[in-house]
Amino acid sequence: MSLLLTLSGVNTFYDRLHVLKGASLHVNEGEIVALLGANGAGKTTTLRTVCGLLRPASGQVSFAGQSIVGRSPEALVRLGITQVPEGRQIFGPLSVQDNLLLGAYGRGRRAQRTEVPGDLARVFELFPVLAERRHERGGSLSGGQQQMLAMGRALMARPRLLLLDEPCLGLAPLVARQIMETIVALRAQGTTILLVEQNARAALRIADRGYVMETGKVVLEGTSEELVRNKDVRRAYLGKDYDEV
Amino acid sequence: MPHRRRELLGFIVAGAVIVALPLATRNPYLLNVAVFIGLHSMIAIGLGLLLGFAGQISLGHAAFYGLGAYATGILTVHYHINPWLALVIGAAVTAVVAFLVGRPTLRLHGHYLAMATLGFGIIVRILFNEGGEFTGGPSGLPGIPHLALGPLVLRSDLHMYSLIWPLVLVQVVLSRHLLRSRLGRALRAIHDSEIAARSCAIDTGRHKLMIFVLSAIYASVAGSLFAHSISFVNPNPFSFMVSVELVVMVIVGGAATLWGPVIGAAVLTIVHQIIVQLGGLYEPIKDLDVVIFGLILVLMLLYQPQGLARLRLPRLGRLTGEGDDG
Ligand SMILES: Nc1ncnc2c1ncn2[C@@H]1O[C@H](COP(=O)(O)OP(=O)(O)OP(=O)(O)O)[C@@H](O)[C@H]1O
Ligand SMILES: [Mg+2]
Repeated sequence: MSLLLTLSGVNTFYDRLHVLKGASLHVNEGEIVALLGANGAGKTTTLRTVCGLLRPASGQVSFAGQSIVGRSPEALVRLGITQVPEGRQIFGPLSVQDNLLLGAYGRGRRAQRTEVPGDLARVFELFPVLAERRHERGGSLSGGQQQMLAMGRALMARPRLLLLDEPCLGLAPLVARQIMETIVALRAQGTTILLVEQNARAALRIADRGYVMETGKVVLEGTSEELVRNKDVRRAYLGKDYDEV
Repeated sequence: MPHRRRELLGFIVAGAVIVALPLATRNPYLLNVAVFIGLHSMIAIGLGLLLGFAGQISLGHAAFYGLGAYATGILTVHYHINPWLALVIGAAVTAVVAFLVGRPTLRLHGHYLAMATLGFGIIVRILFNEGGEFTGGPSGLPGIPHLALGPLVLRSDLHMYSLIWPLVLVQVVLSRHLLRSRLGRALRAIHDSEIAARSCAIDTGRHKLMIFVLSAIYASVAGSLFAHSISFVNPNPFSFMVSVELVVMVIVGGAATLWGPVIGAAVLTIVHQIIVQLGGLYEPIKDLDVVIFGLILVLMLLYQPQGLARLRLPRLGRLTGEGDDG
């Protein structure tokens, strides 16, 4: 298996607030990797560092063998890293279809005519409800549909690595399960996935491996089976609350 | 599509008003005010794109207006260059200047553009003032020739009116197309959420810069037309206060709307004229304009923050059975 993403000893700050304190992790091509941790552990900050919204003060981030520190988010999307940000962040006033087309924005003028229509059709196949409501405002969709839209938009960039930040937050168990199934289907089509999720049980069910973060550091790593069996993980993240999903 | 129909209705109404006004009155004062509303609209439309779709404020657009006016003045008076060519050169120079002002600031977050343009506007005004014979200094540069279309010399306000208002219409049509295009989709996305836009590989800095440069070009063209319509330029119409008034026009009319900037330009130009007229009767009223504009701005932000163009007329809405916004 080849390495796709590596972070080693990454330190990231918000102004003077030191958030990532030497975080290290890696993702192999074709994997689903779960990134777990309590609120404020630094999961979102990790994703934002990878996708170029934040620049690490020190440490290495490399993608497919090259260092990507200091590259702009736009450049990284073109390179193959796309993020579905926390809290969906779809474009509410724009139509569902415009939202999706914007996902393909970085792919150049020619692709817009040649490849993009086919990709759009594929996203509509994956999420039929988006096709039904393609002319409606993105903001008029339900929470789960907005999450589908956010994922569909990210897929329009044809990412090699998809970063998902709590895609199931606030969704009904059934919809959450549907999102999880979609993630598995995407991996089967060749997309590598780094998944941040509060719901550790659901995440570990579909992930190959996982990392647990605490206060800006990775404190535990292992295969999903190892993590599910781990006592600390069980106590901290697999409490009763999560049993039903 | 009701939205389409409403948009078309907007253009028809605007076109009808533009044609009807000079038919209804030949009052030179009213025509003169209409010319100024047109010039202010030209600038405000660009500022509206900048504020409404790039989320940025420029406090230096009077300076771009002035650059166009002075480029026209200097090139036609000192160098006897064809006025149309002078207008184009002025717009090109202004575009380059705007690029240089906008580039370093628009890549940063926050309202650095407002600060940079504020400083820029003040510097430009000083240059107009201190330019000696070249700019005419504080007393200005007279003797700017009229524009001509073939044999027709555009010397009256009616002529200028007939040139400026179709241009305003063209600008509005352009804005409409711009916002429907791929670029426009990107701009609306930036306006909605910059982080999400960047996650879509939209280079937000570059787009903001393009809009800023476009808005400066609009202001420059308006400045050239201004110079021709009064045959004279001096530094006064290009002060910081005018830059602020232009922004107020956009906010009052509604930034992210097609017609808002035009409506705002009309309202504030008329209010300004009323203040000037009343000031002729009772001198101290003149000094109240800052207060009045400030008051208008505050009231708008409190009660109609989306601008007059988004004002809902309940009876009209029921008549056409539409309630969604455009
Ligand atoms: N924009 C910001 N400015 C300043 N500090 C921030 C910012 N965003 C996050 N932080 C801080 O950084 C730390 C890590 O936040 P982060 O969002 O990465 O956590 P998280 O693991 O994603 O948490 P959650 O599960 O709640 O989403 C927190 O202490 C938070 O207060
Ligand atoms: Mg988070």
